[in-house]
Amino acid sequence: MSTKPRVAVFDFADCEGCELQIANLEEEILDLLEIVDIVSFREVMKEHSDEYDIAIVEGSIMRPMDEKRLKYIRSKAKILVALGACATIGGVNKIRNQWMPEEVMKDVYGNAKVKGNELFNVNKTKAVNEVVPVDYYIHGCPIDRDEFKHVITALALGKKPEIPTYPVCVECKKNENVCLFERGMYCLGPITRAGCKAICPTNGSPCEGCRGLVKKAETECVWEVLERYNLSYEDIRRRCTMYNYGRAECGAQ
Amino acid sequence: MTKDFSVHVEHLTRVEGHGNITLDVKNGTIEKIQWSVVEAPRFFEAMLRGQQYNELRAITSRICGICSIGHSLASLKATEDALNVSISEQTQLLRRLAIHAENMQSHILHIGYLAAPDFLGVGSVFPLLASKHKETVLKIVKLHRLANEMSDLICGRTIHPIRLVVGGFSMVPTKKQLLTLQKRLKESKPVVHDVAKILLSVADAIPQFTRETEYIALSSDDEYALYEGVLNSTDTGRFHEYHNYQLLTNEYVVPQSTAKYTKHNRASYMVGALARFNLNSKQLHPWAQDVAKMFNLKPINYNPFMNTIAQLVEFAHSIDDSIQLIDTLLDRGIKEEKPTKVVVKSGRGVGLVEVPRGLLIHDYTLNSKGYCIKANCIIPTNQNHANIQQDMEKLVPEIINKTPKEIELILEMLVRAYDPCISCSTHYLDVTFK
Ligand code: SF4
Ligand code: SF4
Ligand code: SF4
Repeated sequence: MSTKPRVAVFDFADCEGCELQIANLEEEILDLLEIVDIVSFREVMKEHSDEYDIAIVEGSIMRPMDEKRLKYIRSKAKILVALGACATIGGVNKIRNQWMPEEVMKDVYGNAKVKGNELFNVNKTKAVNEVVPVDYYIHGCPIDRDEFKHVITALALGKKPEIPTYPVCVECKKNENVCLFERGMYCLGPITRAGCKAICPTNGSPCEGCRGLVKKAETECVWEVLERYNLSYEDIRRRCTMYNYGRAECGAQ
Repeated sequence: MTKDFSVHVEHLTRVEGHGNITLDVKNGTIEKIQWSVVEAPRFFEAMLRGQQYNELRAITSRICGICSIGHSLASLKATEDALNVSISEQTQLLRRLAIHAENMQSHILHIGYLAAPDFLGVGSVFPLLASKHKETVLKIVKLHRLANEMSDLICGRTIHPIRLVVGGFSMVPTKKQLLTLQKRLKESKPVVHDVAKILLSVADAIPQFTRETEYIALSSDDEYALYEGVLNSTDTGRFHEYHNYQLLTNEYVVPQSTAKYTKHNRASYMVGALARFNLNSKQLHPWAQDVAKMFNLKPINYNPFMNTIAQLVEFAHSIDDSIQLIDTLLDRGIKEEKPTKVVVKSGRGVGLVEVPRGLLIHDYTLNSKGYCIKANCIIPTNQNHANIQQDMEKLVPEIINKTPKEIELILEMLVRAYDPCISCSTHYLDVTFK
C-alpha cells in the first residue's frame, strides 16, 4: 500500500466550478498525483472508495439529507477542506437566505406538489462549517488554481498551508492597477480577503467579495473611502450580500 | 428470456451534477425505467429578485462552472434587451470568440475526460495515463489547455468570466495577444486531427441506436448559429417570437426530479451539438464538415450517442471560425472601448444563445430603477431530460438480453452522451404538475 495521503473530492449544492478549476490544472494534476492518491472524484472518475484521509468538500449545504451525507464524510476524514465560496462562506447560494425557505420554494416551484418529498426538503443555505468542523479553507468563487496546489501540497507534506489575511487591495496595488474607485466604480477590495491576485480589479471589474471578509477590516480606511467618493454605507452593505449575506457588518460600522 | 434484475446507478459519475438511473426488470418485463435528477435545488431565479441589472451576469454565471461564459452571455443579452442597450461590432466579435472558447473547452472536456474512458473501457482518465493511451491523453490536455487559455484571454478567467459586462468588455486583449492565440489555434489543427483519428479507431464502442425525435437549436441565415439566431425545430421550422419562447419550451415538473422537463411537438426534444448539427450542418467550416464525414455523420442523425462526435465536429468548426474572427478583429483594429452607457428603465428582456449543451434562455423583468423583479432561466439539460427518459424506454428492450452490467454501462453512456449539466438544471419558476 502506498503511503501517499488518500484524497476524496465531494460536491454539494454548487456549480462545480471549483472542481473544474482542479481539472483545469491540466498537466500539473500529474505532479499532484505524485504526492496524493485521488480515491474519489465523481465528476471525473467512476471509481470510489470510502477510505480517505483528506476530504475536499465543495458546495453549500441545503437539505437534511445533505447534512447527513456531510456528517458521514466528516466521520471518515482526518482532514476536511472546504473548497470554494459555496463551501467556505455559503457563496451566492446564501443570497436566498433573506427569505424563508418556504417562500423561495413557492417562488420557484409554484404549486407543484413537492411536500414530503425529501429531495425538495430545503433549509436555509449553510456553509460547510455551519454543519461540521472544517480544518482548512480554500477560498474564492472559483478557487485559484495555484492556491489549491499550495494547500494540497502543504497538507500532503504534513504542513500548515498559509492563506493571506490581508485585503485584496494589497495584491491590487502590487499589480499597479488604477484603483476602480478612481474610475467611478465600487469595489469590495478593501474589506475582502486576498489570495486571488486581485484578479477582478486587474481585469477592470470590481471585487465582489467572493473570498469572504478580512477578519479585521481597517474600518477607518473603509469609511475614508466611502466618504472620499461620496458613497453610502447602505450601498456597500447591499454589495456585500452577493457573497457575504448575513455576515458581520461588512467591515464598516 | 425471463429474468429478474435491477440496475440502480446512484450519483452517476463523470457528469456535472447528481443524477440517478433506475431500471427494474421482473420475469423479463420492464417494470420501471427512470432517469432522475436529485441535485439540491438552488433557486437562482429567486436569488435574482432585487439584484441590480449589472449584477445579474455575475450571479447567473454561478449557475454552472462549465458553461459560465454561456450563462454570462445569455444574461447580458437579456439585460441589454430589457434596457435597449446596443453593443459595438468589436464587442460582438469578441463575444463570438468567447463562445467558441467555451464550446471548445467544454466539448474537449466531455470528449476526452468524460466520454473517452467508456470507449477505452476504463473508469476515468487517470489509468489511461499509465497506459499506451498516455499520448492521447496528453493531446487532449493540450487542446483543453488551449481552450482555457483562450477563455482567460478573452474573458479574464476560464470559469466565471470577469471581462464580460453589460454593454461591452471591461478590458480587451491586445493585438499581440490575439496574434499569438491565432497562431496557436492554427498549430492545434493537426492535434485535433490526431484525436479524431484515435476516436475513429474506437468508434465501434458507440452503440448503434436510433430514435426519431425533434431537434431544437438556433439557426441563422449568415452562419452556424451560436451567439445569435432564431429558434428552429426539425419538426416545425423557424419560430421568430423569441419573447414567447415558452410556447416552445413548455416546462413542467416531475416528482423524481428537482430539475424541470420540457416538451414541444412530441413527448420530448433534444438540444445540443447533435441538434445544432442536424439543423445547421451546411454552415460548418469545410474542415469541420470533413471531420463529420470521417464518422459518416449526416443530418438528420437520430443516434443520441453521436452527440459526442457532433461535439468533435463543432470543436473543429470553432477553431476555424475563431481564426477567421481574429482576422476580422485585427483588420478593423482592436482598441479599448468603454461599454455602452446604460439608461436605466423598466422592461423585460430575453437572451438566447447556443452553449455547449444546447439552447440557453435567460428572461428578466426589471423595474424602473434597474432592479430585477422576475427571472426565468431555461437550461439546456432540462430540455434534454425528457428525451433521455424516452431514449431509455426505447433502448432498454433492445438490449435486455445483455448482462445487467452491460446494460448499466450502456445506460450510463447514454446519459453521458448528452453531456448533462445537472447542477445547472435545478432552477425553475411558476411551475405546475402536468
Ligand atoms: S464557489 Fe463559485 S465556482 Fe466554486 S462551486 Fe461555488 S459557485 Fe461554483
Ligand atoms: S478598492 Fe479595488 S480597485 Fe481599488 S485598490 Fe482596492 S482592490 Fe484595487
Ligand atoms: S477580486 Fe474579489 S471577487 Fe474577484 S476573485 Fe478576488 S476576492 Fe473574489
